[in-house]
Amino acid sequence: MANVISDETIEYVGILAKLELSDAEKEQAKKDMGSMLDYIDKLGELDTSDVEPMSHVFPVNNVFREDVVVNGDDSANILSNAPEEKDGSFVVPKTFD
Amino acid sequence: MSKEYETVIGLEVHVELATKTKIFCGCSTAFGGAPNTHTCPVCTGMPGSLPVLNRQVVEYAAAVGIATNCTINRFCRFDRKNYFYPDNPQNYQISQLYLPICENGGVSIETPDGGKKTVGIHEIHMEEDAGKLVHDEWGEASLVDFNRSGVPLIEIVSEPDMRSAEEVIAYLEKLRLIIQYLGASDCKLNEGSMRADVNLSVREKGSSEFGTRTETKNLNSFKAIARAIANERERQIDIIESGGKVVQETRRWDDAKEYSYPMRSKEDAQDYRYFPEPDLVPVIISDEWFDEIKSKQPELRDEKMVRYKEQYNLPDYDIDIITANKRLADIFEETVKLGSNPKKVSNWLMVETMYLLKEKGLEPDLVSFSPVNLAKLIKLAEDRVINGNVAKEVFEKIFDEDIDPEEYVKENGLMSVNDEGELRGVIEKIIAANPKSVEDINSGKLKAMGFLVGQTMKEMKGKADPASVNKILKELLGI
Ligand SMILES: [Zn+2]
Repeated sequence: MANVISDETIEYVGILAKLELSDAEKEQAKKDMGSMLDYIDKLGELDTSDVEPMSHVFPVNNVFREDVVVNGDDSANILSNAPEEKDGSFVVPKTFD
Repeated sequence: MSKEYETVIGLEVHVELATKTKIFCGCSTAFGGAPNTHTCPVCTGMPGSLPVLNRQVVEYAAAVGIATNCTINRFCRFDRKNYFYPDNPQNYQISQLYLPICENGGVSIETPDGGKKTVGIHEIHMEEDAGKLVHDEWGEASLVDFNRSGVPLIEIVSEPDMRSAEEVIAYLEKLRLIIQYLGASDCKLNEGSMRADVNLSVREKGSSEFGTRTETKNLNSFKAIARAIANERERQIDIIESGGKVVQETRRWDDAKEYSYPMRSKEDAQDYRYFPEPDLVPVIISDEWFDEIKSKQPELRDEKMVRYKEQYNLPDYDIDIITANKRLADIFEETVKLGSNPKKVSNWLMVETMYLLKEKGLEPDLVSFSPVNLAKLIKLAEDRVINGNVAKEVFEKIFDEDIDPEEYVKENGLMSVNDEGELRGVIEKIIAANPKSVEDINSGKLKAMGFLVGQTMKEMKGKADPASVNKILKELLGI
C-alpha cells in the first residue's frame, strides 16, 4: 500500500464525521482509507488534461419549479420522524450559537 | 499611540429573497407560522427526498447581480458545504462555491468626506437558510423549528474595499435600496432578512499587506455594526501593540454588552469539504432568459434621482428623502401621474408623511394610502375647498385609513366657508367686539391682524378660507 494514513489524519476524519472509533476500528479505517487512496492514485495515472471534470452523469440542465406553494401543514407527519418531540419542535441536545 | 492604523473591511451580506416558496421545495416562506408547519421531507433533510430549484430564486439573484454590475455566469452550479449543526437537517448546506451565479461587480458609495468610491463585489451566490434553534428553558435541550430551513438566500461577498464604519453603512444602504427597488427582498436587518458579517483587519497606514482578519457575526442593526467595527478595530490594535498576533477566527458580537467573543471551539474543524451537488443539475442562463430578466429591471434609485431633477425640477433635499424608499417613490410618481403638482406631492410625503411615520413609530414600507386619495386631497386644498389645517387633519385620516377625502370632507362638513356674505357678517361682528385690536392696527401695530384672523377662524370652527378672511378684514379696516 502506497498511501499510509497517519493517526492524526484518522483522528481528524473522525472529528469531521462525528465518529468515535476504538483503537481497533482506527487501525482498520487507516487500512481501508489507504487502499481507497491507492485506487484514486491509479485513476490519476490517466492523462485527463483535456477532460472536463464531471459533476453530473446526464447532460440535463435547468430543472425548475415555479414559485407556487404546494405544501400545506404536514408537521404531524414530519415530526413523527423526530426521535423526540416537544411543542411541535424537534428536540436536540442543548446547543448554543 | 504612536503608530497610525488603517481598518480594512469586507462584508458578507446574506439577503433573504422575497419568494413565496423555499428554494428547493414547495413549502411556504411566510413568517410567523407555528413551528414546523412549513416543512416537508426536502427541507427537513429526510433520506430519499430530492431538491428542485425554484426558478424565481435564479431570477432574483441574477437581477441583483445585474443591478450591482456583476458578470452573470451563464453556466452555474450548486455545491454541498458539509458541516454538522442541529439547525442543518441534512448535515450539509446547498450553496455555490465553484461557479456562483454572479461575479466581479461593484457599487458606488459616497464617502464621509463627500467623495465617491466603488466597493467591489467579489461574488453573489445562491444558498439555503438553516432552521431556528430555540433553547428550551425547562429542560437540558434545544428545540428546532425548520420553517426557515430552505428559505432562499443570496450571499453577497464584497472585496475588502471599505475603510470605516461609515463606508460599511453607506455600502449596506446602497445594497438595501437596490434590492428593495428590485423587489427581491425587504432587507430588514432587525428581522434578519438582511444580515451582515464583518471581515476586519488592521494594518499600519501606508502598508500594502493585509493583516490577519476576523469575522464578526450577529449584527442586527446599523448601530450594532458601527459599534462592533470600532470595538474589533481597538481589540486588534491592542493585540498588535502589545506584541501579540491576531488570530483568524469567527467572533460573535453581543450588542447589549458591547463586546465580542470567539464562536467555535477548536474541536469544530472548519473543513467544509465542498463538492458539486449531485441532486441538482446545472443552471444555464440563455441569452433569451438573460434579456428577459434584464428587461424586467425597474428604474433604480440613482437613475430616479437624475430623472426627478430633470423631469420635476425638485430640490435635491426632496429627491433624497422620496427616493430613499421605493414605496414613497412609487406613491410620488403615481400621484403626479394623476395630475398633481410634483412639489406639492413631495411636500405631503416629505413633511406630513415623514412626521406621521415618526409619530407612530412606523417604517416607510408600511405607508399604505392610495395615490388617488392623496391627489384628491391636493386638489381640494388647491381649489380652496378646505384650508391648510383641515387638509392636515384629513391627511392623517388618509394616512391611517386611506379614506376618500372628498367624501370625508362632505360627510364631516369640513368645507371652507368662502361665501363672502357669511364671512363678511362674522368679521364685522369680530371687529365690533374687539375695538382695542382695531385701535392697535390703526396705530400701525399690524400684529393685531393675526389676532382678528384667529378669532374669525375660531368663530368659523376652523373652516374659513384664510385668504378670504384676510381680504375681507383688510377691506373692512381700510388697510
Ligand atoms: Zn419543504
